[in-house]
Amino acid sequence: MTILIQYTLVYASILSLVALGGCFSEHSGVINLGLEGTMVIGALGGALTMNAIEGSLPGLMVVLIALISAALSGLVYTMLLAVAAIHFNADQTLVGTAMNMLGVAFATVVVKAINLSHDSSNVSAAVKYRTAQSYFVIKIGSMRLSWFMIIAFAAVIISFVVLYKTKFGLRLMACGEHPQAADSVGINVYKMRWAGVLISGVLGGLGGLTYIAINNGECEFNTGVCGYGFLALAVMIFGKWKPQNIFLASLLFGFFRALSSVYMGIGWLNNMHIPNAVYIMLPYIISLIVLALTSKNSAAPKAEGIPYDKGAR
Amino acid sequence: MEQEYVIEMLNITKRFPGIVANDNISLQLKKGEIHALLGENGAGKSTLMSVLFGLYPPEEGVIKKDGKEVKINNPNDANDLGIGMVHQHFKLVECFTVLENIILGVETTKGGILQKDDARKKVMELSDKYGLAIDPDALISDITVGMQQRTEILKMLYRDNEILIFDEPTAVLTPQEIKELMQIMKNLAAEGKSILFISHKLAEIMEVADRCSVLRKGKYIGTVNTSETTMEKLSAMMVGRDVNFHVEKAPAKPADVVLSVENMTVASKSHKKNAVNNVSLNVHAGEIVCIAGIDGNGQSEFVYGLTGLEPLASGKLVLNGKDITHDSIRKRNVEGIGHIPEDRHKHGLVLDYSLEDNLILQNYFEERFVNKFGFLKRKNIRDYANKLIEGYDVRSGQGPITRVGSMSGGNQQKAIIAREIERDPSLLIAVQPTRGLDVGAIEFVHKQLVAERDAGKGVLLVSLELDEVLDVSDRILVMYEGEIVGEFDPKTVTEDELGLYMSGAKRDEVTVK
Repeated sequence: MTILIQYTLVYASILSLVALGGCFSEHSGVINLGLEGTMVIGALGGALTMNAIEGSLPGLMVVLIALISAALSGLVYTMLLAVAAIHFNADQTLVGTAMNMLGVAFATVVVKAINLSHDSSNVSAAVKYRTAQSYFVIKIGSMRLSWFMIIAFAAVIISFVVLYKTKFGLRLMACGEHPQAADSVGINVYKMRWAGVLISGVLGGLGGLTYIAINNGECEFNTGVCGYGFLALAVMIFGKWKPQNIFLASLLFGFFRALSSVYMGIGWLNNMHIPNAVYIMLPYIISLIVLALTSKNSAAPKAEGIPYDKGAR
Repeated sequence: MEQEYVIEMLNITKRFPGIVANDNISLQLKKGEIHALLGENGAGKSTLMSVLFGLYPPEEGVIKKDGKEVKINNPNDANDLGIGMVHQHFKLVECFTVLENIILGVETTKGGILQKDDARKKVMELSDKYGLAIDPDALISDITVGMQQRTEILKMLYRDNEILIFDEPTAVLTPQEIKELMQIMKNLAAEGKSILFISHKLAEIMEVADRCSVLRKGKYIGTVNTSETTMEKLSAMMVGRDVNFHVEKAPAKPADVVLSVENMTVASKSHKKNAVNNVSLNVHAGEIVCIAGIDGNGQSEFVYGLTGLEPLASGKLVLNGKDITHDSIRKRNVEGIGHIPEDRHKHGLVLDYSLEDNLILQNYFEERFVNKFGFLKRKNIRDYANKLIEGYDVRSGQGPITRVGSMSGGNQQKAIIAREIERDPSLLIAVQPTRGLDVGAIEFVHKQLVAERDAGKGVLLVSLELDEVLDVSDRILVMYEGEIVGEFDPKTVTEDELGLYMSGAKRDEVTVK
């Protein structure tokens, strides 16, 4: 049972971080479909950093530096989206899709190049960070929690406060709902959209790092992040673009994902002899069903996906 | 020395590619006055106000505030100078509360956290002072258009604006709400605010404005005191010739029933209630029946149901004695429905097609336009198009091959009217046929509707403009929340009376005639 809770929390952390990222971007009016790619790049930044500095610095420093480099990698990567969507009025769906493809490809190429330069027979796309990973773990009794859970939970609370209690949040959401209205009261829509997109990059990058930290100290980059970016979008939609709901939605999705990892340890579930594949599919199937049922009365920001053109009236 | 004028716009010229929107226009606003800006669509009113509000830079001319020259490069500059604007299409965030919309952009914070209590106090004080009733915690999406407008006005007052621009503020209001707005504007002027009031409705200008400046085709025509002029004189200034306000028509001679609607119900796409609820009515040959009502009370869905754009949840439609309830859109058209749609860009025209192709959209499948192998007979189409263009005076750059999207709104509308009337329908449905048209084009449309009536057709007019409703129709049905709530004779009913029914304050049982 504890292991089920532990895994649920791990997966929920990934999903809520990334979904919150999507939430900020969309509230500013830009759809970030490139979260999947952003996660990969964030993971790449984090993994390479951990690989480079583990052992040479105290654990807490490694944690901190890995987090910063993952966040920065994500932030830099989403600048692609920001420039294309905000300044060149690009189709945000296409840019996001391109970012997803580019993310995996870029990470694979970089990692392979690094591996080859160290050892000409090593063609794998894996980065190792065994020691660094252990720094993230916090043991409470028999539970192995991690820093990421604290960060994710903090992100939920901070997001809630920022969106609903601050001037920044009010202005950000105005830009996603009715940018002309925001402009007419002197808010710089372009600036706010940049802010929204970059925040999504930071959170997406952190989510990517969280994702690879659950592996056994090694990450294969040629498989990307297995659709977690998209699952996070489903979480965001199910959570109606609200941090508190996103938190609950990510717990739900995380729970189903955790089931596939631990069902063998739960006697009665294991005895039902349902194939492993069914459990692995569960979160994705659930997200399909949930979206089909809930997306009709959607609470999406009204102006999301529409490039803002100051001249148009 | 106290300046007489708070704002002066002197010799403003603003060009857009291919057009001079404002040609050497001057406008002087006195402190504490209500100054109307009158002109037809495309006369340059909105452009001039956009220049004042900092949305466009003028090519020539200067703007002075209290006698001192100022530069206004964006809405923030305008706001700093105390200039505020209620836009024609409200700039309100629907999922925010009234209070949030008012403070947006000028929020007060403490330690980074929004402080709404002081703002609420100030808003409620302003609300009391000027009689602007609002609920600060209601969501914009839940409140009436009138309250949304009051929210916009409070937005300006909250920013301590002294110069208030109202861009066509009455277009979306009921007669009662218009009266309230007029009173509010007078209160604001009495408190020393200076108001610029953009409109093309002469009666409102005569009632509320102190002075009126008239623009025509981008040029400044003149400024008059409303106390020293008449509506006729103003309209002659606006149009450049004398205009006949009243549609001339003989009394109607209703004959047989053309269209009979029995208990029509249409489900709504946006809410759980029915958009059209159990509506029954008849349209006779030789009469113009008008559905009046405030926008969004089911008129659009009613027409969609009639024309087949949306299915009926229940009810029956009979056209010339034939049941057409389940007929396809084309079948209904062939059976005798002509439709001048509400949204001419969405349902009326293919904007990227040529004028001639648009003119045969409803009958391209007829033998005279298509041969048995499915190829179009281009020559016949061209001849037909030329005939219509001449007959209905449709003006365009290149005649039948003009791209319709490049034509003016008035000529687009003429093209639709030509296409629909030429098919000789027994029932003509015209939905807001004069929306966005200038006075000359409106005259044309009204004449065509009356001519169709006199030719023994049934005409069903759906209109939001009360002038039009009272002027053109022979019988008025008021629609409120998807139901017919009253039937009136345009010769005896008053605007106020209609307004009470349109806003749901009164209702009658209506029997089908």
